[in-house]
Amino acid sequence: MTAIARDLAPARPRPGARQRLAAWVDRWGLAVYTVAAVAYLLMPIAVMIAFSFNEQVGKFNYQWHAFSLAAWLNPFGRPGMESAIITSLQIAFISTLVATALGTLIAVSLTRYQFPGRSATNLFIFLPMATPEIVMGASLLTLFVNTAQAPFDAIIPKGLLFPLGFNTILIAHIMFNISYVVVTVKARMAGFDRRLEEAAMDLGANEWTTFWRVTFPLIFPGILAAALLAFSLSIDDFVVTNFTSGLTNTFPIWVWGSIRNSLPVQINVVGTMIFGAAVLLVLGSTLLQRRGH
Amino acid sequence: MPEIDVRLVDVTKRFGPDVIAVDRINLEVRDGEFFSLLGPSGCGKTTTLRMIGGFEEPTSGLIELQGQDVTWLPPYRRNVNTVFQNYALFPHLSIYENVAFGLRRRRVPDREIRNRVTEMLQLVELPGYEKRRPSQLSGGQAQRVALARALINRPAVLLLDEPLGALDLKLRKQMQVELKRIQQEVGITFIYVTHDQEEAMTMSDRIAVMSAGHYEQLGTPEELYERPTTRFVAGFLGVSNMLRATRLGEDGAYALVEVVGGSRVRVPRDRFDGRVEVEVGVRPEKIRMLASDAEVPAQLNRLPGRVAHASYMGVSTQYIVQVADQADLTVYEQNVERTVEGSIHRQGEAVTLAWMPEHTFVIRDAGAATGAEPD
Repeated sequence: MTAIARDLAPARPRPGARQRLAAWVDRWGLAVYTVAAVAYLLMPIAVMIAFSFNEQVGKFNYQWHAFSLAAWLNPFGRPGMESAIITSLQIAFISTLVATALGTLIAVSLTRYQFPGRSATNLFIFLPMATPEIVMGASLLTLFVNTAQAPFDAIIPKGLLFPLGFNTILIAHIMFNISYVVVTVKARMAGFDRRLEEAAMDLGANEWTTFWRVTFPLIFPGILAAALLAFSLSIDDFVVTNFTSGLTNTFPIWVWGSIRNSLPVQINVVGTMIFGAAVLLVLGSTLLQRRGH
Repeated sequence: MPEIDVRLVDVTKRFGPDVIAVDRINLEVRDGEFFSLLGPSGCGKTTTLRMIGGFEEPTSGLIELQGQDVTWLPPYRRNVNTVFQNYALFPHLSIYENVAFGLRRRRVPDREIRNRVTEMLQLVELPGYEKRRPSQLSGGQAQRVALARALINRPAVLLLDEPLGALDLKLRKQMQVELKRIQQEVGITFIYVTHDQEEAMTMSDRIAVMSAGHYEQLGTPEELYERPTTRFVAGFLGVSNMLRATRLGEDGAYALVEVVGGSRVRVPRDRFDGRVEVEVGVRPEKIRMLASDAEVPAQLNRLPGRVAHASYMGVSTQYIVQVADQADLTVYEQNVERTVEGSIHRQGEAVTLAWMPEHTFVIRDAGAATGAEPD
């Protein structure tokens, strides 16, 4: 009803409470809902950041005491924390690198070539994502322990897979990361125009040059997104790592271990740092992707 | 004798056991020629082109480029370049880098690349577009860049896969003229794939009309239009009037045939291959339409008929004339003598159709009356 039509309409009794509520919802409903949803998503992060500026009183950082920069000035000042963070970064970095390289090759061949076992491979790639993490962790533990026993101990070098530690965490992370990389890169490959590769070959580029000059630059945003995803999955993985870490501490394992007798402010500080780095990376990759189009 | 640039010997391409895309094609494309593969979609023309380019391997047969067997060579080892249907410009590279791509692969010095790219962009009338991205170009401009990117490598043969298919009609006409100009300027052999008969006719030196994996007839546009030898070619290139005919005997340089309604028509004798039951055809614009009582010169073929339908088309009028209550013939008459009052010939009017015996062609595959009706 237009404004004029409303004015010309015979005078009606004042709208009741119901109508006024309906009008209000009509006008503000979406905004309120949006704000509430975003707040719901961001609240834990806001709390984490706020409490990284808390003053440490007692062992647990559960209650607000006073604003303090102490933790930020000494972010790794807890026994074992620094080495745990370094281990986490190392594993995240190496597993991302290996999983991205392998996963990209798998994704390219799955979308590009027809070969026996292709659909089976497609299915198997999904399995690690579909399997409950705790089941995967437990079975990895069983697997690694068994490699130290006959007959496998004869072939597998001692100390490679058992006792558990850096190597086993790394292998586990590479494994689940590959699945995520394949799925992400495959999505990018789906929209890839094969004629661009034909055009490159037509212009004198062999398969190798064609891949590096045409295919790779065009699917790079997908590869980058996959690498970011892999990195973030690895750096905060707890369940699988807990089964495969032995005596080695990653940051999440260290937090879990320390939480029984203390919850230092530094955990929030490191959490905030990781969050900040992630935001920067995502922003950077979004900008890159936008430039690519 | 001009040199042969591309030779296809018994080339066959199968996709799986049941699909024969190309069926034992033999072709010779001459040096410097504008050669077209013309046919409806699915006739195997693009597959043929892709095999010459190296993107498909033939199931059997031989492909020679300037005397060299290239049947099993990858695309990057062949001295041919391709203009792809939807251009296939590299979206992540500038126009300059797109055009320079082939030269960079051959490690041509930067300075020479710069000169040749500039020269090439001038040839396709896009100077100053070096820094743009493919996404910033219109269809016609992208088409020119694709052409420049291929031609800059000075290939022995340029392959063009329906390059104008995505352009609107006006731009297409303009690009046809331009393509022909560029081809004459660079003197490179062009092999052009299209389903558009008019496009093929305007540009080509020779055309192979393809259907179902082989070519029906190969010749100059004029030969194909004036003397089609198969029903398919007669119907695909322009409009044809076809009549069943029985050969009766000879009359000097002509053969005498009987057509619908017992009328007799003369056809140049050398167009027959010895069969008695054939189909003869004549193009609509070759037929003169006269009043039924008019004097007709003796050397012309003639058929009595009745105007069934007349439609005014601006430059010409199209008549459908029924002959002996059996066959409908299409006749085009230029509107030069048209009076302001209306049609020269009216519906229902009795007329005589007359044409020169030389304009009568003979279909050699009269048995295969498959589709391809005049449109």
